[in-house]
Amino acid sequence: MENIALETHNLTVSYNRKPVLWNVDFKLPAGQIIGIIGPNGSGKTTLLKSIMGLTPLSSGYVEIFGQQLNEVRSRISYVPQKESVDWDFPASVMDVVLMGRYSPKNLFKRISKKDKDIAAEALEKVNLLEFSNRQISQLSGGQQQRVFIARSLTQNADLFIMDEPFVGVDAATEQAILKLMQEMKEKGKTVIVVHHDLQTAKDYFDWIVLLNTRLVASGPKADIFNEELLQEAYGGKLNVLSKVGELVRQNDFPIREKQRK
Amino acid sequence: MDDLLNFLSFSDPNVRFVAFGTMLLGAAAAIVGTFAFLRKQALVGDAVAHSILPGVCLAFIISGTKNPIYLLIGASISGWISMLAVDYISRNSKLKSDTAIGIVLSVFFGLGILLLTSIQHSGNASQAGLDKFLFGKAASLTADDVTIFGSVAAVLILVVFLFYKEFKLISFNPDFAKSIGLPVKTLEFILSSLTVLAIAVGIQAVGVVLMAALLITPAAAARFWTHQLWKMILIATFFGASSALIGTFVSYSYPSMPTGPWIVVCLSMMALFSIFFAPKNGIVPQLNNQKINRLKIRNENILKLFYHLGEGNKNFFKGYTKQELLASRDFRIQEIVQGLDHLKKANKVRKLDDYWHLTSTGLVAAKRVIKLHRLWEMYLNQKLKLAPDHVHNDAEAIEHIITPEIEKLLEKELNYPKKDPHQSTIPYND
Repeated sequence: MENIALETHNLTVSYNRKPVLWNVDFKLPAGQIIGIIGPNGSGKTTLLKSIMGLTPLSSGYVEIFGQQLNEVRSRISYVPQKESVDWDFPASVMDVVLMGRYSPKNLFKRISKKDKDIAAEALEKVNLLEFSNRQISQLSGGQQQRVFIARSLTQNADLFIMDEPFVGVDAATEQAILKLMQEMKEKGKTVIVVHHDLQTAKDYFDWIVLLNTRLVASGPKADIFNEELLQEAYGGKLNVLSKVGELVRQNDFPIREKQRK
Repeated sequence: MDDLLNFLSFSDPNVRFVAFGTMLLGAAAAIVGTFAFLRKQALVGDAVAHSILPGVCLAFIISGTKNPIYLLIGASISGWISMLAVDYISRNSKLKSDTAIGIVLSVFFGLGILLLTSIQHSGNASQAGLDKFLFGKAASLTADDVTIFGSVAAVLILVVFLFYKEFKLISFNPDFAKSIGLPVKTLEFILSSLTVLAIAVGIQAVGVVLMAALLITPAAAARFWTHQLWKMILIATFFGASSALIGTFVSYSYPSMPTGPWIVVCLSMMALFSIFFAPKNGIVPQLNNQKINRLKIRNENILKLFYHLGEGNKNFFKGYTKQELLASRDFRIQEIVQGLDHLKKANKVRKLDDYWHLTSTGLVAAKRVIKLHRLWEMYLNQKLKLAPDHVHNDAEAIEHIITPEIEKLLEKELNYPKKDPHQSTIPYND
């Protein structure tokens, strides 16, 4: 693989003291649409959060475009799960999309006309321009997801990391998101999507990461979609691994010994 | 009345000063409180407010004076400790945050009362007035107090103004804020400090017991009036400042009255008014809306009745007596009387002698409801694969709510069917 967008090296992460990712180690190619697939509770969202530095790592590291997260932040756009925010917040569609233009560099600064133009353009791409002034609580699930996608478009990123963008959306939104992902790919951008539906995964993605607490497989979809691997990913958790995880949690044991420097 | 005029004219420079000061406190609390409210930290505010008391008392014991700067420092420190304690307990123990808040609030407040009581019995003459921190008393504020607390409040407002955009983001979607590299921890620290400070200065006006109300109620009430954050902040500021003014006035006119409870009573009135009467979101407008819906359903059902009878008689304009109408469909007599009256005013039916007739406008309206009913039955039958005998009840309700846009979609998707699943003709108004 010559062009690597993202690498996780021996990533181990605990949540509420329980290990949810064990030694996850993979490299993802740039310029592709990549699906992270696995059953419920397999650590998909945690993986994205660890990549984005939102969850502390117990061990391992993440490299994006061969660099540390902080050095390439401006090239990454993160789309959190739609359900992770309170849509009753007093904000309009435009307000939320403009948040994509915030950055540590424009602390204290007001939003500029140019930012507004960029936001309007993004809204047009997701077919929500006429809803600019709509209060966000009045949107349907699909429209809310498109607001998040529009916000992400304004960030002008090279790597898009999306958490379950297809959950609870209507067919039109699904098509719109797929189309945008294709456009991003054509522009050489990388799209990483957490997805739980096996049926559609085959059509949506070029590259698949199968996850179930540990990495089951990572590769081009043709190599991944076989009975054996899917059975391994969806056939339940490894018995001994989950028992050990439970032990770690109950005894509040460190998952790694402290490294002496 | 003279009191009011005197007060409002601000002829007494001291009154002017104190009134302005407490309004500033009320405004600062409301502005900072809006963010606490949106971050669902209303109860944390209450815990911090109560926890400020031991800090104030300790500052007095250590410094031996009621110098506002010392008291403010003491208040802020104990407020901060309480906030950290809530955070620590809910994060590192099995207890949930509501329990943690309960524990911290009662322990700190208990300690505060204990200290306050011992100070009061210590015979220290300068302690008089320290108990005002319980319920607040604007009238006893000195010029020094007002200058200091007022300036702190002004600074708070300024900081919120500077960080407005970032505070908005971390209140709505902190994960996203972190993902773009904003210093979220620092921003949260600033916001929490503002909350502690707003509470520390706000207790001058309302006292620790009722401080949470000054922090949260303006925001809660303002939320009913707008969907925009900056407007919400402005409205909350107005509620906070105006009740502070009223509370100060009462406290001035009737020296036996504490300021805090009056401010909170005013605020509560404004909040209640908002809950009941705010357009759209208020309880009364919602009840009203339900009533409008009920009337619409009743009127449309009467029109349908005319249509059904007309279908049977092959004459849509035939007249019927009230009794005949009542016999054909299960209406209460009142419903029919009021409904016909309503429809008559809308020119959809008319009365000749004792007979009621559909007008041509009425026929158009009736046709539309019938069409929607039958189209919806068709839709359920074709798209949801429901048996024809299972679709009627659903359509009885849905026919009244379908908008013209959905009507067009339905027609298109079903390709303008001529008959419904029961083989009744679907009438189109062309």
